[in-house]
Formats: sequence, C-alpha cells, structure tokens
Amino acid sequence: MRSSTGTKWFARLFMGGLLLTLSMGALGESSVIPGSKAAGLDSCVAPTAEMRRYHMLYLTHDRNATVREGRRDIKNSLAECVDCHAAKDEQGGYLPVNADGQFCESCHNYTAVNVTCFQCHRKIPGEEHSHPGSLTGGSENGAGQTFGLLLDAGKAPSLTPEEYKRLHAIVGRED
Amino acid sequence: MSKQSDQPDMKRREFINKTVLAAGVATVAPGVLLAIAKAGGPGTGASSDVRWGMLVDTNKCADDCTACVDACNKENGIDLMNRPDGQSEAMWNAQRPQWIRKVKLKDRQTGEITNLPMMCQHCEFPPCVDVCPTGASFKRADGIVMVDRHICIGCRYCMMACPYKARSFIHSNVEHQTERAPRGKGCVESCNLCVHRIDYGGTTTACQDACEKDGHQAILFGDLKDPDSALSKALKQKSSRQIRADLELNTGVRYTNV
Repeated sequence: MRSSTGTKWFARLFMGGLLLTLSMGALGESSVIPGSKAAGLDSCVAPTAEMRRYHMLYLTHDRNATVREGRRDIKNSLAECVDCHAAKDEQGGYLPVNADGQFCESCHNYTAVNVTCFQCHRKIPGEEHSHPGSLTGGSENGAGQTFGLLLDAGKAPSLTPEEYKRLHAIVGRED
Repeated sequence: MSKQSDQPDMKRREFINKTVLAAGVATVAPGVLLAIAKAGGPGTGASSDVRWGMLVDTNKCADDCTACVDACNKENGIDLMNRPDGQSEAMWNAQRPQWIRKVKLKDRQTGEITNLPMMCQHCEFPPCVDVCPTGASFKRADGIVMVDRHICIGCRYCMMACPYKARSFIHSNVEHQTERAPRGKGCVESCNLCVHRIDYGGTTTACQDACEKDGHQAILFGDLKDPDSALSKALKQKSSRQIRADLELNTGVRYTNV
C-alpha cells in the first residue's frame, strides 16, 4: 500500500516536472517571424509575457478610445502591430500577418482562436499613415518614422497609470 | 469539494468593492477629462465644446463636377474596392459604398436645375442611432455620427431609418483597406466628416479641399458652436435650410439656395 502511494507520488512529480520542462521550452520559443521588423527588436511595446497575455485587451481598450472618444494618441495600435510583425516574401513584397504561418495566424491557429481583425483592418504595412502632416495621404514626410510606441520602448511601461487601472479593472472582472 | 458556509466571503466582497471602485474611477475620470479638454490634438479626443457641421452653397455646385465624390472615394479607400466576380455592373453601381453623392433637382414649373452633394447630415437627433439595436450607430461628443464597426451586426435598420439615404452596406469581402478607413463585409458605413483629419487637428474635409481646388468653393466645413468660425458667420449672413427640416433632426449639414 505504502509503496504504491510512493510510486504514484513519484510518477506525479515526474509528470509535473516533465510538463514544466516542456512548457518552459514552449514559452522560450519565439513566434516572431524572422525578417520582420519585430525580429530586430529586443521586445514589443511591453514584455513578451505581458504581450502574450494581454495584447487583446490593449487592442480592445484602444479601439474604443479611438472610435468612440476620438483619441488618437493611443500607444498600442493594430496598424503598428502590422507594420512591425509583417514579414516579406522572396520578391520583397509584404505578406499579410494573417496568412498561413505568419505572426498572427500561427499562434491563433494553434490556440484555435479566430482572429477577425483583418476582415476589416489593413493586414500589410501601408504607405499612408493617418498621422499629422500626412493628412493628404502622402508618405513624403517618412511614414516609417511615425512609430511613436517603439521610440519610447525604453520608457516602459507602455500604458499610463490611468490606462493600467482601467485595464486591471477589466481583468479583475474575470475572477 | 469546497467548504459550505452561510457566512458571506468577506475577502470576496472586499475584492468586488475594490474592483467596482476601480472600474468607477476608470470610467468617470476620462469623462471628466474629456469635458475639460478642447479639440485640437490627437490626445484630446472629441469634445462637446464643438459641433462639426457644413454649409453647401448649391449655386456654386457645378453641374457635371464630381470632384467631391472622387476625393471622398480616394480619402476613404472606396476606390480600392473592386466589383465582385460575377456581379453585374448595374448591381455593383447600386450597391457599392457611397459616402457622398451628387443629387440633381429640377423645378418642374420653371425648369431650374439645382445640384447638391448629399451625404450623412450628422443630425443632432439621428434616427440611425435611435434604431440601432446594438449601439454601433452613435454620435460622438463633437456631433459626428458614426458606425462603430466593432459592434455593427449589419442588420441595416439604420439604412432604413435614414431619411437621406446616406448609408452603405458592404456586401462582399474587401481585399485592400487603408489604415484610416477599415472596411469589411457585413457592416454599414457612411460619411464621418473625415474624422481621422479632425482628430489630428485638421480643419478641412476631403470633399471641401477638392471643391476648393476646382475653384467652386461650394462646401464650407467648420464648428457650428464657435460664433467666430467662418461657417457660423456664413450661416448668420445667408439664408440656409436643412433638408427635411420637418423631421426636426437639427442637421449639421446645411444648404443655401435650395
């Protein structure tokens, strides 16, 4: 009796350890596509673990701020996700981020979560940015320089205290 | 199994209280800030201190000119859309999105012809918002009537309710979008007074710019609440009217010489 309990205990410990090792391996793996702008950066707008857990909340929060309240100074925009995470094909053209094996699709396919953003939103980096100075849609003032959120990546965290408070209020409701 | 008890879980209560408080603070604080802030930058957001509107001088609107329509199509990515395979040209022309269109009126007695651009009139009491079952159709603090496509279920009640036929429905998948005008199958859309420009401090719309470039100057865009704006001054001087004023919607777009 006692020895069987001991075996079970050991088996549990072993399985737990095995799973932990496997999951650590998976966590360490990066799904950032080589050749995209993101591949050359240390981290996203927030630490990787935080991005994995909360990116959808950042986007939901910001979409309401933008569409409903007209606030365009948001730090995490979907357009900038696309600008950074889109990889290029052999011809040098951008691949859509939701194409097979690309950044958004690879994870969302694995977790069986539909990513519906790109039914409506631009899925490849665009020439135009609706930022000040480019109201006519031209890219003459260097559209690539308007990565506000990346420029202040050193000044983490990326959300203001107020935004964090709001985010935590949302997350808290899950418990 | 978890412990059964009649006593309320105080920790849980405390947590809920704190969460509600935090949510309340998070909800109220931006609203207070919003009321204080004035429009004019990407961070300030829409303010109820302004109401965006437009005055169209139909005398200046040229007969065969489509500059405003073309400019709108370009600005809002409508020109990126293609006719779906197998759809007839007539059907495509009837269903393709149209944020602004030219309307020609003819006086049956005198034969007088009036041209005017027709678009979302940005009503103070918009019927589209009244009928929307999901809250997708909404009016911003600065008076711009918009569709939040994240919430729109494509029921098209708003299209039925609008007296101005201002809204369009996207019937098929869209391949190419611009950053400033997301667009996809199954949602309703309409003129948003070039909201992406306004939010970045812009003071003109694409249609106004195009009309001015062509030398007509039929469209004047501005703040109805600012007595010193060119729009308010023009409205003070000229006799203007709302289309279907009998509906008492208090439209933000006004017309002269109709």
